[in-house]
Amino acid sequence: MADIILKTENLGISFGGLKAVSEVNLEIKKKQLYGLVGPNGAGKTTIFNILTGVYKPTTGKVFLDGEDITGKTQMVINHKGIARTFQNIRLFNNMTVIRNVLVGLHDQPEFKCSMLASMLRLPKHFKVEKAMRARAKEILRVVGLEEERNFLSCNLPYGKQRKLEIARALATNPKLLLLDEPAAGMNPHETDELMTIVRRIRDEFDMTVLLIEHDMKFVSGLCDEVTVLNFGTVLAQGTAEQALNDPEVIRAYIGG
Amino acid sequence: MANKLTKIKWKHYINYIAVAIVTIVFGSLAFAGALPSSALYLLEKIAISIILAVSLSMVVGFLGELSLGHAGFMCVGAYLGGKASALLEPMLRGVPAGKEIALVISLVIGGVVAALFGIIIGLPALRLKGDYLAIVTLAFGEIVRSVFMNTSTESFGGALGLSTPRYNKNFLFIIAFVLVLVCLAVTQNLIRSKHGRAITAIRDNEIAARATGINVTKYKLAVFTISSLFAGVAGVLYSYSNYNVQSAKFSYNYSIEILVMVVLGGMGSINGSIIAATLITYLDNTLQTVLTGDLAVLQDLLYALILIVIVIYNNAPALKNFRERFNLQALLKRKFDPNHQKDDEAKWDRVPTKIEMNEVLSVDVQPQMSTLDPDKKEGV
Amino acid sequence: MEFIETLLNGLSIGSTYAIIALGYTMVYGIAKMLNFAHGDVIMVGGYMIFLTMANIGNPVLGLLIAVLFCVVLGVSIEKVAYKPLRGASPLAVLITAIGVSYLLQSTAQIIFGSAPKMVVVADLGNLTIGSLTVPYYMLITLGCSVVIMVALSLFVKYTKTGRAMIAVSEDKGAAQLMGINVNAIITITFAIGSGLAAFAGFFMLMKSPSLSNTLGAMPGIKAFTAAVIGGIGSIPGAMVGGILMGIVEAISLTIPAIAPYTDAIEFLVLIVILLVRPSGILGKVRREKV
Repeated sequence: MADIILKTENLGISFGGLKAVSEVNLEIKKKQLYGLVGPNGAGKTTIFNILTGVYKPTTGKVFLDGEDITGKTQMVINHKGIARTFQNIRLFNNMTVIRNVLVGLHDQPEFKCSMLASMLRLPKHFKVEKAMRARAKEILRVVGLEEERNFLSCNLPYGKQRKLEIARALATNPKLLLLDEPAAGMNPHETDELMTIVRRIRDEFDMTVLLIEHDMKFVSGLCDEVTVLNFGTVLAQGTAEQALNDPEVIRAYIGG
Repeated sequence: MANKLTKIKWKHYINYIAVAIVTIVFGSLAFAGALPSSALYLLEKIAISIILAVSLSMVVGFLGELSLGHAGFMCVGAYLGGKASALLEPMLRGVPAGKEIALVISLVIGGVVAALFGIIIGLPALRLKGDYLAIVTLAFGEIVRSVFMNTSTESFGGALGLSTPRYNKNFLFIIAFVLVLVCLAVTQNLIRSKHGRAITAIRDNEIAARATGINVTKYKLAVFTISSLFAGVAGVLYSYSNYNVQSAKFSYNYSIEILVMVVLGGMGSINGSIIAATLITYLDNTLQTVLTGDLAVLQDLLYALILIVIVIYNNAPALKNFRERFNLQALLKRKFDPNHQKDDEAKWDRVPTKIEMNEVLSVDVQPQMSTLDPDKKEGV
Repeated sequence: MEFIETLLNGLSIGSTYAIIALGYTMVYGIAKMLNFAHGDVIMVGGYMIFLTMANIGNPVLGLLIAVLFCVVLGVSIEKVAYKPLRGASPLAVLITAIGVSYLLQSTAQIIFGSAPKMVVVADLGNLTIGSLTVPYYMLITLGCSVVIMVALSLFVKYTKTGRAMIAVSEDKGAAQLMGINVNAIITITFAIGSGLAAFAGFFMLMKSPSLSNTLGAMPGIKAFTAAVIGGIGSIPGAMVGGILMGIVEAISLTIPAIAPYTDAIEFLVLIVILLVRPSGILGKVRREKV
């Protein structure tokens, strides 16, 4: 039990009469790289949205590190330790790269500084700002964006924007990182690089990663365990090789 | 390193210095008796406009919410502050510096009550977005005005207006500019801190901000509170500057006038707001003295035309190339590098006043929104 | 009896608001902008009626001329001020609309002076049934509004142009790909909205004959409020919202204790409704919008 970081029990949600997700049971162990795959409309992003508190599940429970976080707000869940990236990139476009990461660091206990302290420019404010910048640079180094830190984030190429989203999520110091199609729109070279980065994140930050991805090479090359979804239900679960070669899964993807 | 530090500091404090110089120069002129009272009155008006514009720019420029009720907060401040000093003044008549104490207390009262109203209006801001919030703030302003207009003559003067104690113009002028400095300090220090980053993050992408753990509720309420606090303070100043408070002044037209200052100054630019507030107030005043009688209406016409032309010129997508070629910044810097834009400067076309549902929803299944709890409507 | 009179009064005020609100809501649905100058188009329509009445003296002709002039005006405003900003920030468009509003008000003041004009459209008298006394203008307002609303609903539902409007309001890009001329649809929307504004001006002058350059300002704001209450972008919503506002106004005006606060009460209704239903009574986040 102790090394299970995320557990969902019988998770389900319906919109109107439509069951978007039902009876999803996941168990993700610490430092695991876990893949969530499935055809479009299978409910993968919906699961992410439930896990991060965007939707309240209709049935079932979510446990993070043994603690029930079902139905908590996005902010609380983030503070408890789940951070995510988005399928359609959601950066703070008017900000520089480093500022995006600084926003991620905002609620870290070691960078606490009250609004009043900032308004009065107490020494604490300067100390915290300096420490935050150092930390942000460190995180940018891990994802390989240190050079671009003063660029406006909207001017970054697509692949780097995805990396910046990961950096911002990392900055919130999560226990579990959710990546929604991190390799979408990347060329093979960038995809390889991303695989290295994800592994490095796991090793350097002791991170557990749950990711949605359509690139099967990426999934099978990276993930220790995979859950395949179709029409909101679990089709197969197991190691990448097992799950992806399951005849049901092949039928769901290729048809027939 | 030391060189770099001084460079940054200069850039950050230039507006304080400018305001301070203005205060000292005109202040010494005023005390020397070289300034006519009309000039002092204009300076007070400018100070009030600056406080209003800078405080509104927090909401519109940095938080990215459209408020059309800023005059409503000002109205609350003007009436309550004015009334407080009218009551306090006779009570403190024997006390040394009693008048000044009454002024300070009334500023605090006007500001704090306006801030309380800011919290009340901030609450719907948590649920409503864009145009819906704009109409709610407009409605709030009109409600406040209508309530004060119908008060009895003894309480707040009703249709006759509320008379306020008269202060030495020189003294009032100094107070006004000190308050401008305070307002600038609070706003800028807040914006240029981690909290300011969180606020601009909410503007740029509220969903991402929530997912990043930003306390959206706290910051929205904080911004509305601080902004309305200063609007209230500006209202109290206004009540002294005019000796009289008339509710008709605080209609939505006045809120729009303040919004125009913020927008023309450039969204998310405090210095821009200051400059625009100064220029518009000055122009308003000058045109008012030049164009009298039937010509007075020409002022509105001119104002309207300038407004339309400037906004179209600054925003029309068709004029983008033209704008970039004749960009003032570009001409000054020779080379315009979009990568080195200032951190806090929002681009106009990126400040959302309305969030499209399609953009917001990135789920596999489009949920039937009508069956969901309304709380979830603004979800991811 | 008194209650029925109040109710009828509310319905007639409300239907005027609804007619104005339709202009707001259609423009919002199609062009995704808040046409702040819409209220001032009413005022321009009022002056057209004034001019015709002063020179020819026929109210029906006055209404026709007002409608034609407002349609031309509305379309020109769209072409000159709003079209260049298509694709720009909604805030920029809003500010421009505010500028246009000021422009219309000050132009009217330059031409017609600041003193209010008296326009007696027609002295129609009252209809008396038993103890019930109803002014004829109320009935005309009510009747015309119902006809307009029904006609507009049928137009949107059953004509090709109307359906194109729905398509544009749903998705401009997709509508364009389907061969709909989006610019033409936006022009038509402005034309309809401005024509309706002229009708509203006529109704308002029937009710009270005083005409000034701010005639449309407050009713414009209130009608916009009504459109938001009903759910902006929704045609039935504008009607429901308008009628609701009118009835609230009429009832509040009959109670002496709260009569001076009528405006405040109407706006309070807006705030309360939006807090309960953030997208208005009939507004759904994804619904048939025009």
